[in-house]
Amino acid sequence: MAVTDTAPVTTADIELARRRQKKVNGVILLGLAVFVAVAFGATSEGNAVFRLTLPRDAISIPNLVVPAAPYAYIVAGLLAFFGIRQFMRGGGRSTNVFLGIGLLLVVTAFLTWATAGKSFSLTGMLESTMVRAVPIALGGLAGVLSERVAVVNIAIEGMLLAGAFAGALIGSVLGGFVGILGAVAIGGLFGFILAALVVTHRVDQIIAGVAINLFVLGLTSYVSSQVLTKYTWLNNAPVFRPIDIPLLSDLPVIGPVLFRQNLFVYGALIMVLVATYYLFHTRSGLRARAVGEHPEAADTLGIDVYRTRYINVTIAGMVAGFGGAWFTLGSVGRFDEGMTGGRGYIGLAAMIFGRWHPVGALMAALVFGFADSLQQKLAILHTPIPSEFLAMAPYIATIVLVAGLIGRARPPAADGQPYIKE
Amino acid sequence: MDIELRGITKRFGPVVANSDVNLTIRAGEILGLLGENGAGKTTLMNVLSGLYRPDEGEILIDGKPTRFEGAGDAIRAGIGMVHQHFMLVPVFTVAENVVLGVEPTGRLDHLDIATAREQVRAIGAEHGLVVDPDAIIEEVPVGVQQRVEIIKVLFRSADVLIFDEPTAVLTPQEVEDFFGIIRSLRDAGKALVFITHKLFEILEVADRISVLRGGKIVGEGDPKTATEAELAEMMVGRPVSFTVDKKPAVPRRPMIEVRNLKVMNDRHEVAVNDVSFAVRAGEVVGIAGVQGNGQTELVEALTGLRSAIAGSVVFHDEDITHASARHRHKLGMAHVPEDRQREGLIETFTLAENMVLDSYYDEPYSTGIRMHWPKVETEAARIITDFDVRTSSVFELADHLSGGNQQKLVVAREMSRDIQVLIASQPTRGVDVGSIEYIHKRIIAARDAEVGVLIVSTELDEIRALSDRVLVMYRGRVVAEFDAAAATVAELGLAMAGATA
Ligand SMILES: Nc1ncnc2c1ncn2[C@@H]1O[C@H](COP(=O)(O)OP(=O)(O)OP(=O)(O)O)[C@@H](O)[C@H]1O
Ligand SMILES: [Mg+2]
Repeated sequence: MAVTDTAPVTTADIELARRRQKKVNGVILLGLAVFVAVAFGATSEGNAVFRLTLPRDAISIPNLVVPAAPYAYIVAGLLAFFGIRQFMRGGGRSTNVFLGIGLLLVVTAFLTWATAGKSFSLTGMLESTMVRAVPIALGGLAGVLSERVAVVNIAIEGMLLAGAFAGALIGSVLGGFVGILGAVAIGGLFGFILAALVVTHRVDQIIAGVAINLFVLGLTSYVSSQVLTKYTWLNNAPVFRPIDIPLLSDLPVIGPVLFRQNLFVYGALIMVLVATYYLFHTRSGLRARAVGEHPEAADTLGIDVYRTRYINVTIAGMVAGFGGAWFTLGSVGRFDEGMTGGRGYIGLAAMIFGRWHPVGALMAALVFGFADSLQQKLAILHTPIPSEFLAMAPYIATIVLVAGLIGRARPPAADGQPYIKE
Repeated sequence: MDIELRGITKRFGPVVANSDVNLTIRAGEILGLLGENGAGKTTLMNVLSGLYRPDEGEILIDGKPTRFEGAGDAIRAGIGMVHQHFMLVPVFTVAENVVLGVEPTGRLDHLDIATAREQVRAIGAEHGLVVDPDAIIEEVPVGVQQRVEIIKVLFRSADVLIFDEPTAVLTPQEVEDFFGIIRSLRDAGKALVFITHKLFEILEVADRISVLRGGKIVGEGDPKTATEAELAEMMVGRPVSFTVDKKPAVPRRPMIEVRNLKVMNDRHEVAVNDVSFAVRAGEVVGIAGVQGNGQTELVEALTGLRSAIAGSVVFHDEDITHASARHRHKLGMAHVPEDRQREGLIETFTLAENMVLDSYYDEPYSTGIRMHWPKVETEAARIITDFDVRTSSVFELADHLSGGNQQKLVVAREMSRDIQVLIASQPTRGVDVGSIEYIHKRIIAARDAEVGVLIVSTELDEIRALSDRVLVMYRGRVVAEFDAAAATVAELGLAMAGATA
């Protein structure tokens, strides 16, 4: 019997495969360093003034004044340092963290460059980031709730639109709170319809979702152009005003951003927390996830797969309906045709970037909200780049962040598949 | 608790999976259930565990007729089943899987995972089933998954426990442990049903044997007096030979040469460490080893499913270390993967479609973008009859085949082509004795036709019966090489356990 030696596996072997990835990250960081130095450092002069206090604030704190060119060079230096460190040593576990920090630095350098020689309300932008993130976060949350039970929910866009419409119509006649209830009910109804189509009748999930979207778009557009334009009192809903949380709302910066918002912002934050508790800390949540991952296994344990899907998709619809009401009751008080403008789809993207987790979806929604509000504010600053183009940068950053930082996201294993008993 | 199945008939469309089956299961007894692939064993047990509703017949629990509307009812009645294909949620922890459906909860529907963890530990300690309650299912070996399945059933305090081919994925040592567990459950007064294709296992643990064929009970056996040959004949309806007839090998030029190969597993650990060997035309090389010693990764690297981090694989004279799976396939490499459902077939495709998964893109099955379905279907039908895959037609979904027939389908596809090298992992997992005989015959025929064959199996008997040379893998390395004719089970076992001689 021939026996060879059994030398233990060395750590050097293990490092081998990871090293290449680290080198790639190092090169990216170095590239960013050069980019920041050339594009931002060399072209900006003067100070960027970031206003942190809003006119209404109780406590006022001084403006943040950043010398633009030096800041860009500092950022470039830091990026170069991270990059070289990464390249030389391979940086261990923290390699993606450094990439994330690096990207964040690039965004700040960009903002400083754009603001150089001018002044810009940072707090104001963060405040509107929060507001603009609401429908996306709620759309994403609706996506999380239904995809966790393996129902792909393309219909979120339609549910948002239906919620916006119902909110405006019912809100105009019966007041804001009833309007919200109506929006939630309509959203839930469409959730139920989606469940009926895909769970019971096994219609293809994408097709069912698209059908709902087209139906809602057609119906609301028709009613709005034929009816609401004639009877304008039907499209004149009250708007929910911001509610100040005592004491907390007086805090500088985070006061206006987090504690001086309207019902929809608070509602979205609470729903994200409740959904996290539900999915990951309750019995029903465990069962729901089991149904999304391995419906057959759930079935063999006596869990009713169909019922679970119905309930969760309906709840998802209700969440989306609430998110829809934001467009009307939470912002402009009236319904316009197609006013959701694809936020439902962006919500789905937030769900994926957030790795099918409510908090993740919220975070991703904030990045999109940031992009949205940045684009607006930059238009005021008159940067040399077309604002549409500027608006792309944060999205690109998101993609890089998600790809580099979070890694490959894995959807629920049974996502999109109907379950057939026997 | 005693169970009586009376006149159970279960049909799937035109297929009669069970026809008028009568069976009694008694407390304090292990009932061995035998039957060839597709005989209806799994279906019958799914009826008993409430997953299927019988078309005719009734289930009596302690003499009282009972109706199950779903698996929940059967669980509440005290019937638990460990399924042939595991029913575990891969991304959940052990504890979450165990309590799923009967979770301990606190206020606000709060999942009391701490209690669940304790309960899993307690049951484990009581029955000698050691598992880490916080381990993620997809990260633990199948042997542990099996234990989790057993704990799941015990956790629901089942009085009737059904085990559908539990030993198919276990190592010999794990099988011994498993027998210890079911014996102690029997002695504790539980009623057990044990399904397997390994006849010696049935003879070893069963108290009573029932044999199914074509959906009907065709006989009973007494494990004290019955022999393997008798049981095999009862199952298949003809005498079965347990030995592989083969002439001495005439090895020729090397077909595959592996040089200093190094491969990582999913956890970024080195799974195959500096392995070198060759498979020559006209010989069968067997790789023995306890599951999880790098065999899976080795096979994946050889077949192009996983990249090697160092070393090379040479096919004839071509370096294929970085070649795609399709390129290897075109060179004449066939691969029977170890997990038929995950890597071998697409369950929602028909048998005909599955039959051309690897060759649909070329003549004779297609020209350009046009598929020649009639050609595909006739070929599929021919191959399916050759390998005796039991099905009603080539248009049946792979999902609807019994476990052993799915396995035969994969083997049939891979071996029905003009091949030069065959790499097969657990080629006969879950296959009945009659079909094992046939598959072994085909493998030896392939060898004699100058195919280079590499068999990876945890089944020592299979390795010894088929191989001309045996390599033993331990912790990612080839630690020993034997001449198959001379090697004894004891020697192999020692090498598999890592003992250096
Ligand atoms: N869901 C289904 N739809 C259609 N036919 C099915 C279905 N499930 C099983 N069958 C058929 O019923 C018969 C019995 O299958 P079953 O799975 O009970 O066999 P088995 O005895 O467990 O075989 P094996 O030993 O291979 O696991 C087979 O012919 C199979 O094709
Ligand atoms: Mg079976």
